Amino acid sequence: MSAIPDADQRSWWRRNQMRAAPWLFLAPGIAFFAVYVILPIFQSFQISFYRWDGLGEARYIGLVNYRELLDDPAFYTSLRNNVKWLLLYLLAIPGGLFIALFLNQQVRGIRLYKSLFFFPFVISQVVVGLVFAWFYNPAIGLFNPLIGLFGLSPMNVLGNPNTVTYGIIAAGLWPQVAYCMILYLTGLNAVDPEQVEAARLDGAKGWRMLWYVILPQLRPATFIAVVVTVIGALRSFDMISVMTNGGPFGSSRVLAYYMFEVSLSEYGFRMGYGAAIAVVLFLIMMVYIAFFLWRMWREERGA
Amino acid sequence: MFPTPVERRSAAVQNTYKALLPVALILWLLPLLMVALFSIKPDSDFTQGNLWGLPSSFAGFENYTRVFTDSAMPRYLLNSVFITIPTVIGAVALSCMTGFALGVYRFRGNIWIFFMFVAGNFVPFQILMVPVRDLTLNLGLYDTRLGLVLFHIAFQTGFCTLFMRNFIRALPRELIEAARVEGVSEIRIFWYVVLPLMRPAIAALSVLIFTFIWNDYFWAIVLTQGVDTQPVTAGITAFNSQFRAAYHMMSAGSIIAALPPVMMFFLMQKHFIAGLTLGAVK
Repeated sequence: MSAIPDADQRSWWRRNQMRAAPWLFLAPGIAFFAVYVILPIFQSFQISFYRWDGLGEARYIGLVNYRELLDDPAFYTSLRNNVKWLLLYLLAIPGGLFIALFLNQQVRGIRLYKSLFFFPFVISQVVVGLVFAWFYNPAIGLFNPLIGLFGLSPMNVLGNPNTVTYGIIAAGLWPQVAYCMILYLTGLNAVDPEQVEAARLDGAKGWRMLWYVILPQLRPATFIAVVVTVIGALRSFDMISVMTNGGPFGSSRVLAYYMFEVSLSEYGFRMGYGAAIAVVLFLIMMVYIAFFLWRMWREERGA
Repeated sequence: MFPTPVERRSAAVQNTYKALLPVALILWLLPLLMVALFSIKPDSDFTQGNLWGLPSSFAGFENYTRVFTDSAMPRYLLNSVFITIPTVIGAVALSCMTGFALGVYRFRGNIWIFFMFVAGNFVPFQILMVPVRDLTLNLGLYDTRLGLVLFHIAFQTGFCTLFMRNFIRALPRELIEAARVEGVSEIRIFWYVVLPLMRPAIAALSVLIFTFIWNDYFWAIVLTQGVDTQPVTAGITAFNSQFRAAYHMMSAGSIIAALPPVMMFFLMQKHFIAGLTLGAVK
């Protein structure tokens, strides 16, 4: 008799496992992701309507944080710098393509060259930041003697509010160009050689060949390169923190950094105000996320 | 092939190209080479203004040994290991399951759950910062390695799920169908049929996540403080204030901090690049 309930259970699993199995496999992943990623997004929206020091009682203040943002010069500086990051960071894409074209040969040792060119991407941004801070350093860095070769007078890149953001972006471009390069090298590998030869017989070469034959075939690589570069630009935090701490005079802040400063550094634990900045950053990013998802959705439907 | 292979060009072009390669590489890595040079110089070179010339004596051995003996660097490195390895295992394990579920089964909501993972993976960290820090504090895990690991696992699951799901989609479905006809249970199909086929994806993802987590700085400074818990990316700032203006030491320290992912990359290059460029070719 005792075997009957056991058999029943087995048969429930038998009958329903196709429906139950996916949820069983998804449960731990979804639980983790919901608690640490999805829920916090909504909580941040909520916190942005409060005045809260992170410890005591949170007080609802409606849109006051957002209204304060509108009159905060530091917010505008950060936003302007974000735009600079976004636009200049995109240079990583043509830069990466250029190096990929340069290295797409089959001479001896080229594999090692490719690896070494890619190398900056593997190093942590903290170390890249330090390396470039020393490189720019007027006392010990190679940067000033180097521009001296072109007749330029020495400058303190990171000490000057007018140049500091560009200096950090240049440092950030270093690993990003390497990333785009590897995407394009992989893409170039997959370019159809027959099409290239056919185009060659038709007399296409150089720029025209690149533009009309090669680039269309590199579309998937370009798409990924744009996505990772935009997201990398909006995430820029490590380098700013390591190279300048947002300075001099807050001139190299971006939203991601300013938010951290407002919520967790000596400027006081203003969690609500920080959350409001994060919400603005999130909404900017959301435009790109929506675009990416839309494209994926289209592809999934096609498949 | 594009551009035209140099072998098909004149000897002059070939030789120019071969000469240009090392020059371009040196220019490309110049900032790093400068730091590498600093790290093997003795202190006296900096005071005497011999900055970029050859080291007056080779002090590399000394400098690098001091990084391990005179600072908390070994501790930070160890913390990094204890943060990175569990995260890799956790995130890969979770995403094998989520990737399997989303890649193999057709059910309502599949695509939306998938999109949730993809979208979450792209959000700016700052929108998560205050609530995650608060949650970690409430769990009593603030300033512990476990607190950092749990968050990293959760966040990386987004990217890993995207990766694994697409990989599983490309596997031959007939294998799974055949096993089902044989009456093999779904759990056994996952374990004995699909998981062995996922080995290359697991390898690629592990190398990639190792690098991402080792190089993380933001969450390290948000969720931990101090020498007992902080990974090397955060520890390097403390190291640098200890050796303020001692550029040979700071350089050696930075190189040590950057080394593990670099070694990982050179040892597992094939997997690394396969992981990174997934989707770059259609």
